[in-house]
Amino acid sequence: MKGMLDFYITQFKIELSSHFQYRFALLIRIIVLVIEPVIYLVVWTTVAEAHGGIVGGYTRGEFAAYYIAWMLVRQMTVSLGPSDVEDLIRSGELSAMLLRPVNPFHIFLASGPSAKVFTFLWLMPILAILVIVFRPTLSPALWEIATFAAALVMAYILRFVLLWAMQMAAFWITRASALTGMYFAAEFLLSGRLLPISMLPLWAQQIGNVLPFRWSFGFPLDVLLGRLTPLEVGLGFLIQVAWLLVGAFLIKVLWRAGLRRYSAVGG
Amino acid sequence: MPESAIRVQSLRKIYNVPVREEGLKAAFRGLVHRQLREVKAVDGITFEIAPGEVVGFLGPNGAGKTTTLKVLAGLLHPTSGEAQVLDYIPWRRHKDYLRQMTLVMGQRGQLQWDIPAFESFELCRAIYQIPLSDYRRTRDEFVELLELKDLVQKPVRNLSLGERMKCDMVAALLHRPQILFLDEPTIGLDVTMQKRIRTFIAEYNRRYGATVLLTSHYMADVVALCKRVIVIHQGRILYDGSLAGLVGRFSAFKTIEFTLENAAVDLSAYGEVLSRDDGHITLRVPKSETSRVTARLLTDLVIDDLTIEDPPIEDVIERVFAQEKIE
Repeated sequence: MKGMLDFYITQFKIELSSHFQYRFALLIRIIVLVIEPVIYLVVWTTVAEAHGGIVGGYTRGEFAAYYIAWMLVRQMTVSLGPSDVEDLIRSGELSAMLLRPVNPFHIFLASGPSAKVFTFLWLMPILAILVIVFRPTLSPALWEIATFAAALVMAYILRFVLLWAMQMAAFWITRASALTGMYFAAEFLLSGRLLPISMLPLWAQQIGNVLPFRWSFGFPLDVLLGRLTPLEVGLGFLIQVAWLLVGAFLIKVLWRAGLRRYSAVGG
Repeated sequence: MPESAIRVQSLRKIYNVPVREEGLKAAFRGLVHRQLREVKAVDGITFEIAPGEVVGFLGPNGAGKTTTLKVLAGLLHPTSGEAQVLDYIPWRRHKDYLRQMTLVMGQRGQLQWDIPAFESFELCRAIYQIPLSDYRRTRDEFVELLELKDLVQKPVRNLSLGERMKCDMVAALLHRPQILFLDEPTIGLDVTMQKRIRTFIAEYNRRYGATVLLTSHYMADVVALCKRVIVIHQGRILYDGSLAGLVGRFSAFKTIEFTLENAAVDLSAYGEVLSRDDGHITLRVPKSETSRVTARLLTDLVIDDLTIEDPPIEDVIERVFAQEKIE
């Protein structure tokens, strides 16, 4: 356990120093990240104004709060690309990783957060400007901020675990990234990324509550905006844990079977 | 310490490779019915290597060397047969086994491109959970042996191929593995750099008593490092024994070199003239004829500086591979 912690910290530090080389690339990524929610924000505030100030239970200021916090959540939960495992297999890099006594899962999970340190630093001034321009309605209590932080960390881990589990398909199919593409498409609609989940039709909300997407994106947002009762918050955490267990189980089974196949056909 | 560090028994690895004829029609047919062809990469090999031994694993491309190394490093499941390395079954990939071995594959390294090698070494420390004092001592020792002091602080992408491979070698050995699988560790390097890596491997073997199984196309590597060689061809072992024995067994010829006062003499009656350079002659003769031809040369002609030698090891190896099966 101590050894693993040391590994996580070292991997984090090393990735951090490698990101120093890509400061500019990260800035570009931030700009791309900001453009998407700003478009939603402009659209919905305009619609809200045209409808006498409220749409789907959101005022103009609440929309602003939603999409500004959105940027933070999106940035903090982004993890694997669509084809990370596939690329590892295709490039033969997986073989190099398998020689070492640490599962590549940990290497990827540990290196993710380091980029976030940089993007967070870039993001802060941008968020400050957006707050001045769009004047969000947001006054979370201290416990809501703390709960939000916990839900956010869980969302990051959950999304990572599910994407990793899904990418295990690369052991069997050559273009497994198509699967991840489907995941991203469903996530776009059902996670709260395109619009707040409460604005979806009831049936879509119900589907969304069962599937993992909301719990790895929209849930922390709803916590921060104070849209959930304490009971709903508790339930949300339970669902996050449940999906995490499902993902972990899938990874355990698929990784073992995948490796068997990988080592049978030759890396 | 087990009696043998590496034990391989009737090891086979067969790949099923899809075959497809050319053209769109064949592509469609392949959708429904995939034809597979069996390729025997390793076809029932058996050998043992003692702890601390350095063995050269020789064979032409596609002979099965890399496949064997990958099986022994735990990257491949064999089709059948057994293998034990330090009493572990490699493909079970036990963490304790992985901590005691390394596989270096030529130009495919473990170093991260954007950061100095020094920092990648630090990651190795964390991955292999090397105690800090051991880590520092080993790292400094290797850095000195390979003269890397000024290089390890530069981002890896700014290093030359040779410099990078030296750093890679350090990264692969920081955890001081007992078993080294080296697949073309000097490929693409200039002669000086090859020599440096070679000396380093020899020194590592001497200091830590590690067992080394090495493939290389550079015979100089093999001659410098290995007393014993295993020759593999088309997945089967052709020869397993001393390097000197390989030459004795597979070379049917010897070369006689001498200087001749009268350079114009016709020598075709004595043997095949390999080179004729300003009176300096190299003659190839069948091994059994060597003494007779030498005696005749000395009687018939006025000769200086006569030496008899085995042909270069490269020629012997080439000859071994040229014959499909010997004996």
